[in-house]
Amino acid sequence: MSGVAAAAAPVLAAAHPGPGFPLLTTLVLIPAGGAVVIAALPRARQRLIEVLGVAFSVAVLGFAVFVAVRFRVGDGGFQMVSQHSWITQFGISWKLGIDGISLFLVLMCGVLFPVALLGGRVRSNPKGFVAWMLLLECACLGSFLALDLFLFFLFFELTLVPTYFIIGGWGHERRGNAALKFFLYTFLGSAVMLVGLLTVVYLHQRSTGHLTFDLVTLSATQPFSSTVGIVLFLAFMAAFAVKAPIFPLHTWSPPAYTEAPAAGSVILAAVMAKIGSYGIVRFDFELFPKAAAQLAPTMLTLAAIGILYGAVVAAAQRDLKRMVAYSSLTNLGFIVLGTFAITTQGVSGGVLQMLNHGLFTAALFLLIGFIYERRKTWQTNDLGGLQKAAPIMAGVFTVAMMASIGLPGLNGFVGEFLILIGTFLSHRWWAVAATIGVIFAAIYLLWAFQRVFHGRTTGPNLHIPDLSWRERAVVAPLILAIVFLGVYPRPVLDRITPSVNRLVSHVEHGSTYRQPAVAKGSSAVPVSASVPAPAPGAP
Amino acid sequence: MLHYAYIIPLLPLAGAVLLAFFGKRLGNPLAGWFATLLVAASFVVGVFVFLDLLHRASSNRSFDQTIVTWIPVGGLQIKAALLVDQLSITMVLFVTAVSALIHLYSIGYMHRDPQFSKFFVYLNLFVFSMLILVMADNFVLTFLGWEGVGACSYWLVAFWFDRDSAASAGKKAFIVNRIGDFGFLIAMFLIFSTVGTLSYSGVFGAVGSIGPTTLTAITLLLFLGAVGKSAQIPLFIWLPDAMEGPTPVSALIHAATMVTAGVYLMARVSPLLSHTASSLNVVAIVGLATAFLAATSACAQGDIKRGLAYSTISQLGYMFLAVGTGAYVAAIFLMITHAFYKALLFLGAGSVMHGLHDEQDMSRMGGLRKFMPVTAGTFIVAWLAIAGVPPFSGFFSKGDVLMNAYARSPALYAFGLLTALLTAYYLGRIVFLTFYGPERWRTSGPEEVLPHESPAVMLVPLVILAIGSLAAGVIDLPYANLDYLARWLDPLFGSAERVLTFSTGAKDAFEVADGVVAVTGALLAGGLWLRRWQRPRLTPVFFQRAWWVDWAYDTFIARPSTALANFSAYVFDNEVIDGVVNGTATLVRDSGTRLRRLQTGYVRNYALAIATGAALVLAYVASRVGS
Repeated sequence: MSGVAAAAAPVLAAAHPGPGFPLLTTLVLIPAGGAVVIAALPRARQRLIEVLGVAFSVAVLGFAVFVAVRFRVGDGGFQMVSQHSWITQFGISWKLGIDGISLFLVLMCGVLFPVALLGGRVRSNPKGFVAWMLLLECACLGSFLALDLFLFFLFFELTLVPTYFIIGGWGHERRGNAALKFFLYTFLGSAVMLVGLLTVVYLHQRSTGHLTFDLVTLSATQPFSSTVGIVLFLAFMAAFAVKAPIFPLHTWSPPAYTEAPAAGSVILAAVMAKIGSYGIVRFDFELFPKAAAQLAPTMLTLAAIGILYGAVVAAAQRDLKRMVAYSSLTNLGFIVLGTFAITTQGVSGGVLQMLNHGLFTAALFLLIGFIYERRKTWQTNDLGGLQKAAPIMAGVFTVAMMASIGLPGLNGFVGEFLILIGTFLSHRWWAVAATIGVIFAAIYLLWAFQRVFHGRTTGPNLHIPDLSWRERAVVAPLILAIVFLGVYPRPVLDRITPSVNRLVSHVEHGSTYRQPAVAKGSSAVPVSASVPAPAPGAP
Repeated sequence: MLHYAYIIPLLPLAGAVLLAFFGKRLGNPLAGWFATLLVAASFVVGVFVFLDLLHRASSNRSFDQTIVTWIPVGGLQIKAALLVDQLSITMVLFVTAVSALIHLYSIGYMHRDPQFSKFFVYLNLFVFSMLILVMADNFVLTFLGWEGVGACSYWLVAFWFDRDSAASAGKKAFIVNRIGDFGFLIAMFLIFSTVGTLSYSGVFGAVGSIGPTTLTAITLLLFLGAVGKSAQIPLFIWLPDAMEGPTPVSALIHAATMVTAGVYLMARVSPLLSHTASSLNVVAIVGLATAFLAATSACAQGDIKRGLAYSTISQLGYMFLAVGTGAYVAAIFLMITHAFYKALLFLGAGSVMHGLHDEQDMSRMGGLRKFMPVTAGTFIVAWLAIAGVPPFSGFFSKGDVLMNAYARSPALYAFGLLTALLTAYYLGRIVFLTFYGPERWRTSGPEEVLPHESPAVMLVPLVILAIGSLAAGVIDLPYANLDYLARWLDPLFGSAERVLTFSTGAKDAFEVADGVVAVTGALLAGGLWLRRWQRPRLTPVFFQRAWWVDWAYDTFIARPSTALANFSAYVFDNEVIDGVVNGTATLVRDSGTRLRRLQTGYVRNYALAIATGAALVLAYVASRVGS
């Protein structure tokens, strides 16, 4: 689907009904069902609970893969929409749909939950832990798939609860404070979003007489002045900026990532952060294209500050988990930067980087968890020379680290390169500033690596076991994906780009912004899309 | 045969992957032989491709082969495609040839190392990256090779990771290179936003549509990349430290191949560079200044490998001088001959260290020629070659560079000639300190050292490289019809290449001058260092510390940056940003009365309420699914 012809696509694509079997609904409900089953089992059956938890999450993965196989390449609209009328008097429906932007986040969920359950097993009360994890998976999948504002809000809020209990129940020493801070921060953000959300629905009803929470319908018209648009945009942004996090709303994340158990850190940084950045793309851009274009310089500035600031602070950390937390701030900065570049390359890169960052950050947090299991610390001062005793661990860490640094041939480069080149096309100097972050990434990661793995091996670091076969099996899929996406990202990009084109056209349609012609590329229009009509011809 | 060009980089890649998984099982020395064999095979394939290219008409010697579309997004279509032309195949041949020899040498040099097979994984991976770098048909794929060699350099410098100095040196190399990469990246962005493509043919075809300021910016940014990779002013500081790596690594990566990548890049973008005089001037001046600074520093080093490292920096400066004067062929010629004699110098130094319990300090060497005749002989050949004594290869290649410098400006020539004098002198000093004079190793240290010659597997590469250092000049002799390299590369550089119009008499005068300078430098070294090994006045600290550049970085950039990072992390983020958040929370709590329960159970209850509510909603939905 060409970018031009895609302008009118959301309505068309959404109109075409999902297949008979409600694939996406089933996908969301499998983990919820799993949580219920686990909750019903007696606490003592630990082994069974753990096996069942993994089985359910693997079933989700299988289903997600099935969805990905069914996904039509080249179609930028929502696919496999499953819609059921629900609270009809308020215009609320159970509506799920998937497009190129959400597809890989769903797949990432599918991969990372079993990986986190296997790689971050807990000793005490696995029943509660596994049940909360499965409920969290349901909430994450729902957030990525919901096309109804109310439904999205429900899922978005629902992610808070399991996370709060996972940090508070299975976290480290100062988990209480971290969980509380996390909860308050995100809860306040989403409260603001709720007000904005209801206002959008109300304004839409006032101008069209039609009460609906349907995203596709709401995004087709923007019945408000540009000032109101900006305020509403910011209301949604409040929730997403906290969740991502975007500078300066990030201070909840280092304690939360640090105090959470390994599996919790993996899901927080790899999956839940993406609900924030995904929310920006899906809701802020769809509902307020004009405000998105108007506020782009502001958001780009915050993103660039986040990139550089996160890197500088990360460089000073002596705590591995905090270091990765700040590096996530940097990476999310890149994602937001690409998004607000509003060019095909920038947004595609941003969406791809959501997946990429999920993969390498998950690997890093898992490895830090493995180190913790061996040494009961993640302070770099207590570690050192680990490569001697654990060369395989060092090797796996190196791959994940190099992906994060953006070494070409690994996945991080592709996303970062697309983000930066896409940003350069529309906002040159922001891209230049962000590229400095590429230098910084090497500094803080290589420093940390040296402190942990290089140098003379002394004391208890001499006798740590290398990665066990179970641990290798847990990180292997992540490493494979990191390499594969670095070498051959095309299958992913071919699915992301049409949806991104649709989104960029949507912003162009709703504002005076036009992306540079270079980004679109004349040769990029496939022969089949021979409709010559440009955007003005679209309804 | 051209269609099989992809096999050239594929072989070392396959080697790296196979050795990564099965290297330990293959063991020592089989893993090393396997890696060597693959690189040698790569060289053989390269020769066939070269012959195929040779049989084509000179206007038709460019072949593009797309392997796969790498990054396709909208108007940006990056292909993993190889470009086989005169320049890339020239690079392929010398890279694979030198690599194969150094692989062979490493089998002997590393034979006692517990990480033997891992070493060859990195070495093969390096060769793969280097081949991609020179064979890529677009900037982005070149960048992949560019970063790949950088990563391999990081791993190999830090190979003996339990030494803090090695680990730090690897890290430093990578980070300083990243500063250069910043330039490379921005240059690519600027190129794409200007012409909408990043393939070499596309960009060079559209050079007319690029404005002069943009063109200057693009070429200078690319040069920043080259300055990082090829260790020029102001980013040369990583290369001397990189000598912490095993010596074959220093020979292969930090002398013969990787560090010449910047020169290759400049030669590759000659169609852009030739349109911007100001960039050419910058390249020439930075190159010459680096050549001089590094040569003076090389005069004062006590560590044999650091001396050779500064020598490499200096020689790379000459190559950039050639590029900056539009003498691309001379740059490539010097690059090839330098690969031979500099690899030989490092391998010779490695052989000395091998026979001397890893001693690198020249004040504890001396008189070694009696114990290591082959090493000493080949090392002296390399010295005469780099000094530019006729008829060794360096005489022709450096002469070519200097002659072109003169055509651009006599001042460039004068400084170049002065540097040539220093070159002959400082390497002579190294030769005399190492192989001549009193034997200083026996008396030093508690245990007695018995120097010995290295095994054949190490000596064979030395001899082959010595032959190359002696004779490689024949590929481009400054006589009509004997300038093979020039005629081979001329169609590629075309109008970008400077055409020299010196008379035969003038050329002879240049050659005499070069020869006299080289011999003078060599004699000077002999006169000063043959009998004495300590002359503090000739090795001032200022030169030893390379004009205090590294110190300046440390004092004015590294320390303040660390302070800033600590301030940001422990004061600003903790106290200011989080302080505002906490302050607001406190304010709310104090003004409200009952919100104190936040701390106790309120949040927990609320969370449970959400959970219960959500569970009910889901149950409700589940009951309606399918209706």
